[in-house]
Amino acid sequence: MMRGSEFSNLSTEDILLPVRPLYVALTLVAALLLNLMQFTGWMLVLRPDFVALTLLYWGIHQPRKVGFLPAFLLGLAVDVAEGSLFGQHALAYSVMMFSAIALHRRVAMFGVRHQMLHVLAILLLMQVIVLAVRTAAGGEYPGWWYFVPSVIAALLWPVTRFLFRILLRSRRDPDEV
Amino acid sequence: MQYTPPPFFKRGPSLLARLSFFALLSLILLYADARFHYMEGMRKAIGVVLYPLQRIVDVPGEVASQIGSFFVSQSYLQRENEHLARENFLNAGLLQTQQELIAENRHLRELLDMKARAGPTSVAAEIIYFGRDPFSRKVIVDKGSSHKVEEGAAVIDDTGLIGQVSRAFPWTAEIALITDREQVVPVQVVKNGLRATVFGTGYDGALDLRFMPVNADIEIGDVLVTSGIDGVFPAGLPVAVVSNIERNAAYPFARITCTPAAGVNRHRQVLVLSRLAPLPEYPPAAQHKKAKPRKSRRDG
Repeated sequence: MMRGSEFSNLSTEDILLPVRPLYVALTLVAALLLNLMQFTGWMLVLRPDFVALTLLYWGIHQPRKVGFLPAFLLGLAVDVAEGSLFGQHALAYSVMMFSAIALHRRVAMFGVRHQMLHVLAILLLMQVIVLAVRTAAGGEYPGWWYFVPSVIAALLWPVTRFLFRILLRSRRDPDEV
Repeated sequence: MQYTPPPFFKRGPSLLARLSFFALLSLILLYADARFHYMEGMRKAIGVVLYPLQRIVDVPGEVASQIGSFFVSQSYLQRENEHLARENFLNAGLLQTQQELIAENRHLRELLDMKARAGPTSVAAEIIYFGRDPFSRKVIVDKGSSHKVEEGAAVIDDTGLIGQVSRAFPWTAEIALITDREQVVPVQVVKNGLRATVFGTGYDGALDLRFMPVNADIEIGDVLVTSGIDGVFPAGLPVAVVSNIERNAAYPFARITCTPAAGVNRHRQVLVLSRLAPLPEYPPAAQHKKAKPRKSRRDG
């Protein structure tokens, strides 16, 4: 079932299969698992927010299928898993989703390198919201390294794009059908 | 092939409307959680849903450590065995004298008609993962309220206090480490019994001993243990060792930095102690004099 809304995919060379909701759900659960992984030492500072990155990917590429609700619910799940204030990530992910959907046509026009810059800006905005909420609730600015995960996540953007597209490439020759 | 009409005909509420709805909802949740702690029930429900995921994530690490322990070299085991045997021998000697002391102590307490000190029971737990929230120092362990882990209970490792249970979910529990910025531990200097409070700094390996006068009798290397007067932490658990003292006569208090006695960030196995029996009520005459509720009692 092809839908008229998927012209954004045509900007790349290959034509992708339509995305099933189950596939989206699976990638989001996998991202949550990666977020829950145990890291120690300097990896704690470096580890990117996989859930945010995955949500951002779907927000940019499938803005009609992945909207605010999954972002909001996953934000709540992340808040519980981290033991942070209830709702801070829900708020941050909602705003992130808004920017992703609002910018999705623009981002799709750029090459990978410029897309990474857009992703970096959106992720930094997301982190600034979390920071604002926590400082308002009495927290203290943890230091410049607080923003390192967003840079790492932006560097992972090409990898994410590649991984999510592997399963969506049509393997058959369309003329055979 | 099915064809749906172009998207500009049916789009639902506008993007900005949807954003405002979800942002408002999260702000309400945030306010309710930060000010009134209303969200604990919902947190528990989500915690139960997350539990299987947390276990799945733990599997690769467990398998790896099992494979690793299978290939441990014999010389390492021998060395460890020798070390443990020596330690066991030393401990046995200490234990014998301690048995005698315990009996004597009980006897003396009976003579003096004092309340018996109840030792806390403990639950062994394993850390599943470190919280990624950069604003707090928290770990999640694999035992929860179904294993009799209570909120507010002390958590120790083999060398001392590492934290306090801040939230108990049915099968997991969240532990605020003593290095967390909001964590306060009432302590006592072993050398002279001076009472003080230790505050977390938010950084690994550093604690603040606050509100000690500049002329306080305290030196680098002094050991701090829990005083037990708060009714939360059992008395006598090692907390920290004083590592640095700055005495500046311009300020009323000395700046004292300590290093935690326990491996706050090193071990995977921890021991969750049970809550102590509640302290007796304040005497009624002292009640109206109480100026402010103490901030350190986070469990109310």
